[in-house]
Amino acid sequence: MSAVTQTTPAAAEAAPEREWRPPSYWPFVVPALVVVLAVIVFPWLFTIWMSLNQWKVGSPTTFVGLANYVRLPSDPRFVEAVGHTILYTALSVLLPLIFGTLAAVVFHAKFPGRGFLRGIFIMPMMATPVAIALVWTMMFHPQLGVLNYLLSLVGLPPQLWVFHPGTVIPSLVLVETWQWTPLVMLIVLGGLAAIPTEPYESAQIDGAGVWQMFRYITLPLITPFLFIAGMIRMIDAVKSFDIIFAITQGGPGSASETINLYLYSVAFIYYDLGYGSAIAVVFFLLIVAMAAMMLHLRQRTLWTEIGGGA
Amino acid sequence: MKNHPISRRALLAGTAAAGALSLTGFPARAEVQWKKYAGTKLEVILAKGPRGDNLQKYIKEFTELTGIQVESEQIPEQQQRQKAVIELASGKPSFDVIHLSYHVQKRQFEKGGWLADMSGYMKDPNLTAPDLVESDFSAAGLQYARNDKGQMLSLPWSVDYFILYYNKEMFQKKGVAVPKTFDEMVAAAEKLTDAKEGTFGFVGRGLRNANMTLWTNFFLNCGGEFLDGKGGILTDGPEAIEATKLYQTLLTKVAPPGVAGFNWMESMASFTQGRSAMWIDGVGWAPPLEDPAASRIVGKVGYTVVPAGPKGQYSATYGDGLGIAAACKNKEAAYLLCQWAVSKTQGARLLQAGGGVPFRNSVLNDPEIQKGVKMPKEWLQSVVDSAKISKLGLPVVIPVAEFRDLVGAALTSTLSGADPATELKKAHEQFRPILERSEKA
Repeated sequence: MSAVTQTTPAAAEAAPEREWRPPSYWPFVVPALVVVLAVIVFPWLFTIWMSLNQWKVGSPTTFVGLANYVRLPSDPRFVEAVGHTILYTALSVLLPLIFGTLAAVVFHAKFPGRGFLRGIFIMPMMATPVAIALVWTMMFHPQLGVLNYLLSLVGLPPQLWVFHPGTVIPSLVLVETWQWTPLVMLIVLGGLAAIPTEPYESAQIDGAGVWQMFRYITLPLITPFLFIAGMIRMIDAVKSFDIIFAITQGGPGSASETINLYLYSVAFIYYDLGYGSAIAVVFFLLIVAMAAMMLHLRQRTLWTEIGGGA
Repeated sequence: MKNHPISRRALLAGTAAAGALSLTGFPARAEVQWKKYAGTKLEVILAKGPRGDNLQKYIKEFTELTGIQVESEQIPEQQQRQKAVIELASGKPSFDVIHLSYHVQKRQFEKGGWLADMSGYMKDPNLTAPDLVESDFSAAGLQYARNDKGQMLSLPWSVDYFILYYNKEMFQKKGVAVPKTFDEMVAAAEKLTDAKEGTFGFVGRGLRNANMTLWTNFFLNCGGEFLDGKGGILTDGPEAIEATKLYQTLLTKVAPPGVAGFNWMESMASFTQGRSAMWIDGVGWAPPLEDPAASRIVGKVGYTVVPAGPKGQYSATYGDGLGIAAACKNKEAAYLLCQWAVSKTQGARLLQAGGGVPFRNSVLNDPEIQKGVKMPKEWLQSVVDSAKISKLGLPVVIPVAEFRDLVGAALTSTLSGADPATELKKAHEQFRPILERSEKA
C-alpha cells in the first residue's frame, strides 16, 4: 500500500506537462464493468431495496424502512437458526480439519498402494450431496438403518441420529465430515509436500519423538494451509443447504434449521421476499464477518510464524 | 343432472373405445367442437408424479383428437409451486394450463385472481361433453374448485384421502381386531407394540409441516373446525388439544423411536419392513406397498378408513386440479385440455394404475373401471368409503405453509414431552398475525 501512495503524487505532477487525453484503456474495462454491475452490484442493491419493503408475492409492495430488520431479533425461529448455523459451521470446520490433517499425514508416508488408496479416500467428495443425503437418511433410520446395526455389533445401544433434536446437528455434521475430509486432506497434502526434510533430520538427531516432530515442525509449517482449508470449509459449511434439506428439512421441529433453510422457507415457501431479503443481507454480513475473522487470525499467525523473517 | 343416465351409458362404452372420441357421440345435442382450435399451441406446467406421467403418456391422443399441440414439463412439487406463483404474480406466465395443489394454493390463487373462470365453458355444449357436469365431482372437489362466488376456477383432477394401512399378519399374531375408533386404535397399538422385538403398533409423520396432514385426521374426528365464521383460526381450542394428546400418545408410546423426524418415506420404510403394524397416510401408497421389490408385506396389507373419533369420522382430504392461467390467450383450447385430462378415460387409467383417485364419482363408482384396478379390492373399498366421509384436511387460507410449519413444530415438540395446550397456544399466537396480514393485503 505504501508504495502506491508514494508513486501517485509523482504521477500527478507529471500529468499536467502533457496535453490531457482521455485514457485509452477504458473501452477495455467497460465489458467487465458491465458484467460486474449486472451480476454482482445490481442484485445486491436490489436485495437491499427489497429488504426495505413489505414485499409479498401477490400483494402490492410498500416501503417500510427498516421494519424487516427490526422483526429479526424478535423472531424466535431466526434467533434459533443463527445458533444452529454457528454450531453446525463450527463442527463442520473443526472435524474435517482434524481428520483431514490426520489423513494427510498418513497418506504423506510412502507405502505400497498409496495412490490407489488416496483415490478411494477422495471418492466421497465426488458424490452428489443430494444423492448421498438420501442414502444417509436410510442409514440413519433408527429401526432399519445400518448405523444402529453396526452399533449393536459392538454392544452399544441404538441411537436416534437425525431423528432426535439433540443429536440431529452432530449427525448431519457426520455426513458433512465424511464428504469433505478428503478436500482438507488434499490441501494439507500439498502443504506437507512443500516442507523440506532438513528440520526433521536435525530433530531426529536431537532425539525428538514422532509426536514432537508433528507438534513442533509439521503443524506450524502447515498452519497456513490449514487456514486456507478452514476458510474454504467455513464458507461452504455456513451456506450448506442440500444435505440438511434433503435429510431433515430443518427438523425434527426446527432443531436443524439453519439461516439458509429458514431463508429459503421465508422467501420461496412463504413468498415473503422483503423479510427474506433482510435475512439474506444479515446472513451475508455474518459470512463476511466470519471470513474477516479468519483472515485476521491468519495474518496474526503469519506474523508470528514466518512474518518475522519476511 | 337430467341427462346423467344418457351420459353414463355412453361413457361406459367410452372406456372401451379409444380416448375421448366416444364423448362426441351424442346426436341429440350440440357436439363438442374438438377440432375447432386445431393448430393452437399450449404450455402446461405439471408437478412431478403419477398425474403428470399419466397426462404426458397419453397426450398424443389429445393432439389427435383436437389438433392442439401441447408442450408440458414436470417439475418437482415444491419447485413447481414456486415457479408457478412467481410467474403468475408477474402477470406473464410462460404456461397456459397449471397443475395446482388445492390444499396449499387455493386461497392464494383466488386472491391473486390468477385463474380463468371456467363456469361459462362448462355450460357451453360446443365446448363441454355432456357427461362433464359439476355434480359429478365429489363435494370436496367442488369445494376446492369453486370460489366464494361459485365460479369454477379449475377442474378437480385427483384427490388424496388419508386411510389406515395395517399389517394383517401382525394383527393376526396378536389376535387384534381392526380398530373402528381411536380408542380401539390406541388399545390395538399398545398390544401390537413390542419394543424388545423392535416392532411397534403405529407409525406416521412426525416431521414438522408434513405431520399436519396426519394430525388433521385426529383434529377433524375430535370435532375440530379450522376457521370460525370471521376467518380466525381455531387450532388452540379443546378439540385441537384433544387431537394433539392423541397424536402425542400414539407417536411417543407405540411408535418407533425417532418418529419425530419421520416423513412419509421413513414411515413407509418402517411399515413395509413389517416393523410397524399401522400407518395412516395418503391413499396413493398402495403401489409401493404391493411391490415385491420394495416391500416385505406384499399381500398382507389391510386397507380401511381412518377410525372414528369422539365427534365423528372423517377422512382428511387433499387434492390437485388443473386450471387455466387468467393471462392465457387460448382459454378455450386450454379448457379442452383440462377437460380431456379429467375425462373418464384418463381418470380410469389413473385409478387403475393406482396413481391417483379421480374426483369424479362416475369414474370411481363405475364397476367396469373398478374391475380394471390393479390394487387389492380392499384398497378400492377404502377409497370409495373415504370419499363418503371426506373433509378438507387443511384450512383454506393463503399462508398454508406458515400454518403447517408453526402448528407442525408445536406438534413435534409435544413428542419430546412438551405440553400440548401450551405449544398450541404458542403456535396460535405466532400464526394469528400472519393470517391477519395475509387477508388484509
